[in-house]
Amino acid sequence: MSAKLEYLLRLGDNDVVLAQRLGEWVGHGPVLEEDIALTNVGLDLLGQGRMWLAYAGEVEGKGRTEDDLAFLRDQHAYRNVQLVELPNGDFADTMARQFYFDHVHLLLLHALARSTDGRIAEIAAKAQKEVAYHVERSADWVVRLGDGTEESHTRMQRALDKFWPYTGELFTPDAVDIELAKRGVAPDPSTLREPWLAAIGSVVKEATLAMPDGEWMQGLRRGGGKHGVHTEHLGHLLSEMQFLQRAYPGSSW
Amino acid sequence: MRTEWPLWEIFIRSQHGLAHKHVGSLHATDAEMAVKNARDVYTRRNEGVSIWVVKSSEITASSPSDREVLFEPAASKIYRHPTFFPMPDEVKHL
Repeated sequence: MSAKLEYLLRLGDNDVVLAQRLGEWVGHGPVLEEDIALTNVGLDLLGQGRMWLAYAGEVEGKGRTEDDLAFLRDQHAYRNVQLVELPNGDFADTMARQFYFDHVHLLLLHALARSTDGRIAEIAAKAQKEVAYHVERSADWVVRLGDGTEESHTRMQRALDKFWPYTGELFTPDAVDIELAKRGVAPDPSTLREPWLAAIGSVVKEATLAMPDGEWMQGLRRGGGKHGVHTEHLGHLLSEMQFLQRAYPGSSW
Repeated sequence: MRTEWPLWEIFIRSQHGLAHKHVGSLHATDAEMAVKNARDVYTRRNEGVSIWVVKSSEITASSPSDREVLFEPAASKIYRHPTFFPMPDEVKHL
């Protein structure tokens, strides 16, 4: 598999898996407005995921469409980071996961918008406008909950701490990252860590919360989600997401 | 503890419209959140270029029982209504 194909799958899978998670909030949001907002973010991500996977299919050159890639790959072929597959938990959990992801997502898209690959630059330029809004929204909630009631503060802190170990994978380069960075196709993810820490750090401070510490970073030893090593949660997510195509192959709307 | 969020009335100016139009209402804890929620609830299909939010409690409404006092006089003065102009058949959508 070429480095570029591998990388496009990672981008697409992050979006698709997180979109599916956010979709689980349909009908369960704390208020109607939030229910709609969360799933809007999910739909934004799904749209971006489609673009990445469609391009991945073309790069692969075996005639696979974005649908084939999304609905007919098993969990070990999925290349998303573990962070995005973790269960929704309570609202603070969902927001903490989103907060960590949105910030690195935006930094990544800014860098990809300058990619030497024209198609990648184009998709990233389009996506970053949507993600700029996601960043605002999740940061807003972290501040509201952190600087809210005693209960919301406690839960928000717990959520930040809980997802923290999964953020290491976002910034750890492997051979694919290094090759693409050399060619100017994508940034070396380790260069995103400092700006990410600065960005989330100021929000966490405003929210009167404490930055989690600890260097133990989940998902690195055995390669992490980028190499198809996932938590036990991804399989369940996919079984629901892929059910229709598995049960009724080729069926469409 | 009061758990219900305040209600906000949402006004959107559409792509070609000159004025903001009332489109509905929603709940939010403050004005900033109301704008964000309005964006998500009411403008996701390119409906608008500008959003106004107004706390519903800040709106003073006419009372339904005042309807006759306020609006009857207009109905009885037919000369106020432009109904006496013959319209050419070619003119549609009137």
